[in-house]
Amino acid sequence: MSLHLLLTDILLWSLMIGGMAWGVYMRKAKAGLEAWRDIFRSPVAMVSAVILLFYLAFALLDSVHFKVNDPHRSDSGSVISLLDMAMQHRRTFSERTYSAPFATQEYTRSVVVDKKGVTHQSFLPLKHVSPEGFWQKSMWGMGVGIALALLLIFLHRRWLRGGHERGEPLPWRSAYMTFAILTVLFSWLYVMSFSFHVLGTDKVGGDLFYASLKSIRTGMLIGTLTTLVTLPLALVLGVSAGYFRGWVDDLIQYLYTTLSSIPGVLLIAAGVLTMQVMMDQHPDWFATTVERADIRLLFLVVILGVTSWTGLCRMLRAETLRISQMDYVTAAKAFGVNSWQIMWRHIVPNLTHIILISIVLDFSGLVLAEAVLSYVGVGVDPTMYSWGNMINQARLEMARDPMVWWSLFSAFIFMFVLVLAANLFSDRVQHVLDPRNVS
Amino acid sequence: MFIYILRRILYAVPILIGVNLITFMLFFMVNSPDDMARVQLGAKQVTPQMIEAWKVERGYDKPLFYNAEASGVEKVTKTLFVQESSKLFRFDFGRSDANRDIKEDIKARMGPSLAIALPTFLIALVTNISLALLLVLFRGTVLDTTAMVIAVMIMSVSGLFYIIAGQVLFSKIWHWVPISGYAEGWEGIRFIILPVLIGVFSGLGSGVRWYRSIFLEQINQDYVRTARAKGLSEVRVLFSHVLKNGMLPILTGVVVIIPSLFMGSLIMESFFGIPGLGSYTIDAIHAQDFAIVKAMVFLGSVLYIVGLILTDISYTLFDPRVKL
Repeated sequence: MSLHLLLTDILLWSLMIGGMAWGVYMRKAKAGLEAWRDIFRSPVAMVSAVILLFYLAFALLDSVHFKVNDPHRSDSGSVISLLDMAMQHRRTFSERTYSAPFATQEYTRSVVVDKKGVTHQSFLPLKHVSPEGFWQKSMWGMGVGIALALLLIFLHRRWLRGGHERGEPLPWRSAYMTFAILTVLFSWLYVMSFSFHVLGTDKVGGDLFYASLKSIRTGMLIGTLTTLVTLPLALVLGVSAGYFRGWVDDLIQYLYTTLSSIPGVLLIAAGVLTMQVMMDQHPDWFATTVERADIRLLFLVVILGVTSWTGLCRMLRAETLRISQMDYVTAAKAFGVNSWQIMWRHIVPNLTHIILISIVLDFSGLVLAEAVLSYVGVGVDPTMYSWGNMINQARLEMARDPMVWWSLFSAFIFMFVLVLAANLFSDRVQHVLDPRNVS
Repeated sequence: MFIYILRRILYAVPILIGVNLITFMLFFMVNSPDDMARVQLGAKQVTPQMIEAWKVERGYDKPLFYNAEASGVEKVTKTLFVQESSKLFRFDFGRSDANRDIKEDIKARMGPSLAIALPTFLIALVTNISLALLLVLFRGTVLDTTAMVIAVMIMSVSGLFYIIAGQVLFSKIWHWVPISGYAEGWEGIRFIILPVLIGVFSGLGSGVRWYRSIFLEQINQDYVRTARAKGLSEVRVLFSHVLKNGMLPILTGVVVIIPSLFMGSLIMESFFGIPGLGSYTIDAIHAQDFAIVKAMVFLGSVLYIVGLILTDISYTLFDPRVKL
């Protein structure tokens, strides 16, 4: 087995490292640190942040890929992630068809011929389920979860007492509660997933708990990596338009008015269709289906980014126009500081709040957009696990009689919790950082 | 006034040319005249000669942006880009892969799209504004906080869930309305009730929050305090002062989308089987029919720009401070 990082893995990890570096840098700036502490002073923000970190942890776990080189294994040559390894028992052994959560037999009857040659319809038992000892396993799963949660909380408390807590205490209690609940819930589900399909199986018998966990990465990638595209575009163009004015301003305004006048979904659809045809013409670009899906995801992120920078750009331009009228910028100009220095040292730092608000605000919208785009047929690769693809399948399942509700349910819960947390967190960020909310 | 509107319309021309340039580059990068000829002529036994003949016949044998063989102005005008753009500007969208006239299709499908989009828009506007005013009246109370929590929750659910859940509850389990379909006239009401209701509900969260924030911004202004000091009741203050002054920011956000209502809703229409422009676009995307997608991109941009112009005009009508 050898490390085999996909392009999106590298980008996500570099985004993480970049974000952390920025965080460390910001710790030095007193005002910035105060603003952050202020954000987390709200218990709701604390709870949402813990949930977001939980999702992020899964995304990161799923972003370390290995290539299997072992010829003795059936999946030799494929690319699997750390999460795949942890979920090995649910990745490779699938059932024949639909089964409900915690079921022991298939959801639909199948025709069986018994020893006497008589055909009759019956529910076949599931192949990879061991129903005995439900309560013992449950206790065990929850016990491990509680122990783990308590241990980590204890360690964190010790670390805080070691002098890392400054100023007013933050609402740690709500954070611990959320963390404990999430950990216990997950460890219970994880332990149970060895004996059951905890969220049921889909049409071809794939485990939905595994599918939902895998979808986390897709959603988080789209929500975060798009920033990597929008931010530089919006920042460079917005600040130069506002600072230089004149024809530069006219040109950039023309650019973003043109782009934003094309209906978003249609522009994305056009871009993705173009990309699809291009990828069909060059099948030699990718070695495996995982890589193909990965490149497609990356293209989607780029297209989403290119179509969604205009709003932020407009705001940054307006704010730069305002700031460059301020006395301290005039003073800097009078001292002969060059334009780039003024923009980088005097204007950009004063735009941070707008950028941060827009990043957290866009995140939930992007996660939701993924589902819609997958439905339209211009989303992620159909072979890739994503909530959009799950909902897309669920549409037909809901029309069946009796209804197959669990794949819609799983996608709903996983998505709703993430988006709700992101929305609540972004509300708080906006409330604290937006200078209009001084009152 | 007239001159102002004329100037705004003229300003739209370079933007539309830019839109054309983007779509042209996107589509001709993958869907060259050769590919189009192959699709149109059918897959079997297409010789290069036939492709050439087809291209000459349709005028697709020209270079993309610059014609070196022509002379004078024709160096620029006798190109594929100018030819295709001028076709779009004349609303000549050509024929789809299924060899149907796209313009006729669009005309026929605008009605059903509007039948869903217009009621959704109007009902949503009235409900959102009234709920927002109600919450502003009770601001700071338990009602306000609870409503805001519910609003965030409504916002956090993907629109697809509302549609699927609505169809399952109202059509499959309770049999109140048909699950999908469309009919003209009064007959059609039972088909559009559910999509309209779902459309209104799914926008409720973000809508109410937006209007509420607009009204709250007004309520701290000095003129509101003066109105209260005059002895006006809180309800009077809200309706005759706050609502009136909130109209301007509302206009900016609302007028611009009115023309785009013609485009219909992609997802709503395809889920409910409504033969509008939204489902037309989705089908085109699924079938990779580039001619239709291109036409819809152009149409959407035109309608959006019309919306921008209407916004400016509505300003001059509603804001006495804006004089032209």
